[in-house]
Amino acid sequence: MNFVNLALLGMLVVCALAVSFTKNLLTSLIVYMAYSLIMAVIWMLLESPDLAITEAAVGAGITSVLFFVTLKKIHALQGDRDHEQAQK
Amino acid sequence: MSKRRSDWQNRPQERFVRWMREGYLALDEAIEDSVLQPGEAPPEVDPELAAQHQEAALQHRHDRDLALDRLAQYDLYAWTLTKGRRLIGRLHVLLSLLLGGMIIFFLLGTVAHMPRFGAADVPANNEVITRYIEQGLAETGATNMVAGMILDYRAFDTLGESTVLFIAACAVLILLRIDLDDKGQPTQQLIAEESDDRHYEPKNDRILQGTAILLTPILLLFGLYVILNGHLSPGGGFSGGAIVSSGLILYLNAFGFKKAGRFFSYKTFQWVSFGALGFYGVAKAYSFYCGANGLESHIPLGTPGAILSGGLIMPLNIAVGLVVACTMYIFYALFRKGGL
Amino acid sequence: MLQALYENIEQTVAVILFGIGFVILLLQRNLIRKIIGLNIMSTATYLFLASMGYIHGRKAPIVVDGVTQAIHYINPVPTGLVLTGIVVSVSFTGMMLALTVRLYRRYRTLDIDQIALMARQEEVE
Repeated sequence: MNFVNLALLGMLVVCALAVSFTKNLLTSLIVYMAYSLIMAVIWMLLESPDLAITEAAVGAGITSVLFFVTLKKIHALQGDRDHEQAQK
Repeated sequence: MSKRRSDWQNRPQERFVRWMREGYLALDEAIEDSVLQPGEAPPEVDPELAAQHQEAALQHRHDRDLALDRLAQYDLYAWTLTKGRRLIGRLHVLLSLLLGGMIIFFLLGTVAHMPRFGAADVPANNEVITRYIEQGLAETGATNMVAGMILDYRAFDTLGESTVLFIAACAVLILLRIDLDDKGQPTQQLIAEESDDRHYEPKNDRILQGTAILLTPILLLFGLYVILNGHLSPGGGFSGGAIVSSGLILYLNAFGFKKAGRFFSYKTFQWVSFGALGFYGVAKAYSFYCGANGLESHIPLGTPGAILSGGLIMPLNIAVGLVVACTMYIFYALFRKGGL
Repeated sequence: MLQALYENIEQTVAVILFGIGFVILLLQRNLIRKIIGLNIMSTATYLFLASMGYIHGRKAPIVVDGVTQAIHYINPVPTGLVLTGIVVSVSFTGMMLALTVRLYRRYRTLDIDQIALMARQEEVE
């Protein structure tokens, strides 16, 4: 129990650092999604199931979807493909 | 002596002051001119010619100021791109890390003096909590105490929160909406957005549509379960609304805006949001008018644990769920192509 | 002190996450990363709040078998507060992302420094 708790908290810190150090925007978003899911598990361990279900649905679901649509709007998702086409 | 003076003038502080003052000097000149101008003009000069001259001079001065401004801008820009960039960048990184470290350090000092994690006698665990837990079931009729608390004892918080969500949706609507033209036809911008939107996406993807047919009903059903069961088990309006809206978003993604528009338009959004928020406000106003806390309000509480129990909590959960689902769906639609 | 920090490990991690989010907010020039940093900060605050309500050996505040003694359940108030906070953080995230999309449409970049420079040049002209 205690070990699981420590591992989850450590992963939280690692995810938060990885958001900053990844090169690609998409990667950092997916890392942030993982951060939200870990947070949901931690809230389950803190005996707050209401928070866990809300965070899993809202934090990891809707917020990430909004971020992805924004990335699509600002053409960050197709950057590599455009680059390849330019090289050809 | 002169060398010394120029040295003094070339000191960094002095140069900085001069650089800062340049705007004021131009202002001084203009004031001086405007003071000196009347009375000095000789009577024999044609007034039209004088006006032309003055205009030309003004134009010239304006051009000169603009050029100087651009030069200063360019110098600053070049400096920021070369030497200054590295210097200020390093300073910025150093100071930011220092500030972050200091915040962490001082807050850690506070955490070390906090009451121990998980102890029962912390100050946060006072008589309010005892009252909520011991009387909550009898007074609100909700098995889930969190739902009973946020939708009965502290319901005004939740009303404000729903309103914040609704206002955020309105702000996004203002920022991202692309209107149709006067005749109701899509404008050029909308068509461009649409083609841009579908650029790298297959239309009518078989796999996505098959998955959506399978998953959308399950998601909607699960969301409804979470909303309707909010007073009995974990969940409630917010999480349930988010799940319902994720089902709707999946459907929209698979089948496009035309099919989704059959059951969800701006009118739906307006009426559902207005109706849900209005119902929430009226219901809570009635409840508080009838004496809020434990007094007789003629709303049956039902048997705790049954689906029809908890008085107003289930209808309020439904209202909140509707607002959240509509808001999230409209967020997505607006980000996607600026309209429904 | 280290012993005390280890005993309050949830709150310690929450404080560290808050600092990390703050530094991300200051150091990253990309607007999307700044928004993620702000979200990390708010989540850290929620973790701190939720950990205040936890009590060892007690269960989530959902009445089972009609037991309503206070010594069986954890503190429900922080949970309610954090629930409100999560929804508000979603709405401000949506709002800020909309502003980001508008800025990108106008300036064609996400770098906050370049956007500020271009805005200044526009002001001069």
